[in-house]
Amino acid sequence: MNINATLLGQTIMFAMFVWFCMKFVWTPIIAGLEQRKKQIADGLAEAERGKLDLELAAKRAAEILREAKEKAGATIAGGETRASQMIEEAKVQANAERERILTGAKAEVDQEIFRAKEQLRTQVTEIALAGAAKILGREIDAKAHNDLLDKLVTEI
Amino acid sequence: MSSETLTSSEYIKHHLQNLTYGKLPDGSMGFAHGAEQAKAMGFWAINVDTMLMSFILGALFLWIFSRVGKKMTIGVPGGMQNAVEWAIEFIDSSVRGSFTAKNDMVAPLALTVFFWVFLMNLMDLIPVDYVPQLTHLLGLPHFKVVPSTDPNATFGMAIGVFLLVIYYSIKMKGFGGFAAELTMQPFGKWGAPVNLLLEGVNLIAKPISLALRLFGNMYAGEMIFILIALLPFWAQWPLSLPWAIFHILIVTLQAFIFMTLTIVYLDMAHQEHH
Repeated sequence: MNINATLLGQTIMFAMFVWFCMKFVWTPIIAGLEQRKKQIADGLAEAERGKLDLELAAKRAAEILREAKEKAGATIAGGETRASQMIEEAKVQANAERERILTGAKAEVDQEIFRAKEQLRTQVTEIALAGAAKILGREIDAKAHNDLLDKLVTEI
Repeated sequence: MSSETLTSSEYIKHHLQNLTYGKLPDGSMGFAHGAEQAKAMGFWAINVDTMLMSFILGALFLWIFSRVGKKMTIGVPGGMQNAVEWAIEFIDSSVRGSFTAKNDMVAPLALTVFFWVFLMNLMDLIPVDYVPQLTHLLGLPHFKVVPSTDPNATFGMAIGVFLLVIYYSIKMKGFGGFAAELTMQPFGKWGAPVNLLLEGVNLIAKPISLALRLFGNMYAGEMIFILIALLPFWAQWPLSLPWAIFHILIVTLQAFIFMTLTIVYLDMAHQEHH
């Protein structure tokens, strides 16, 4: 119970322990704790940024979707007008074709009529000549009455 | 039990005697048998049990903590690391709460003080006869397991703290500032002798109160355990169990008080005026 050199020994031991604790316990552990604190703070900041990014991406996606919808609507409308336009064009073309065919046919028919008339006319001349010959009982000189006959033909 | 061959007072005296190594009256070196021989050894003797136990406990604390410090991971901490981190953060918040200046030494100092004192006090919970009986078999006449019941241990730490207080007082305020603090207040420069007396008492009271508070508490606790051990065996546990449970509180509280006062004294040493 009496005070002796243990006092000095304890003081020295105390100093050594404090030094050791400072160098090998406190410094590394506090450094580790600080590092972890920083890591957690970084992680939280990262998460915050991620959330922001997500929000932006969602906004952008909605925008793109809206744009696509608009574009699709425009395309459909364009298609529709083009279709009706094409139908109109086809109609016009068809009409023109019909006109053309019709006029062609008409001309052909007219030509046929003309040819038939022509034929008929020559035949009529022959018949008239034959008839007249029969009536007159003699050969009519075709050459002598040609101008007369021609006159008849044009009259018919 | 060895008390069968001893009287009660001999038993108590035996338990309160440190294992002191020094010069015996016949001139040879050896362990003191009894208080008179220990006293006769004078200052240049050493309490081997106090030194050994406090070294083992301090080294145990530092070994565990430095192992964690070496294997420290920043990721999810394991069980031991978690416990150590909790302890470190507890000390850190205590230091931040009471210490306002900037000094990287104070927090490790507080950590060492708390755990060393705590472990030394904790030895009080080992049944009083176990270790002395064991060392008796090794031929040692005495063995006190609780270093903090030896005033040498508590005063040794208090002197360490006191030296730091003086060192930082002079470092922070200069020698003149520290001298002025001791002599120029509270009564101004014409009351210097009175001031010196008051402030001197104030200064000296710090380590003495620090050491005696811890020593007194642990010594008294140890004494109660020894007295309980003198009772018949059937009466021992109903008394020693509640006292041991209560003592857990004292053990922790005294370690905490020692630490907090160390921080506060060092804080005062860093303050310009108090």
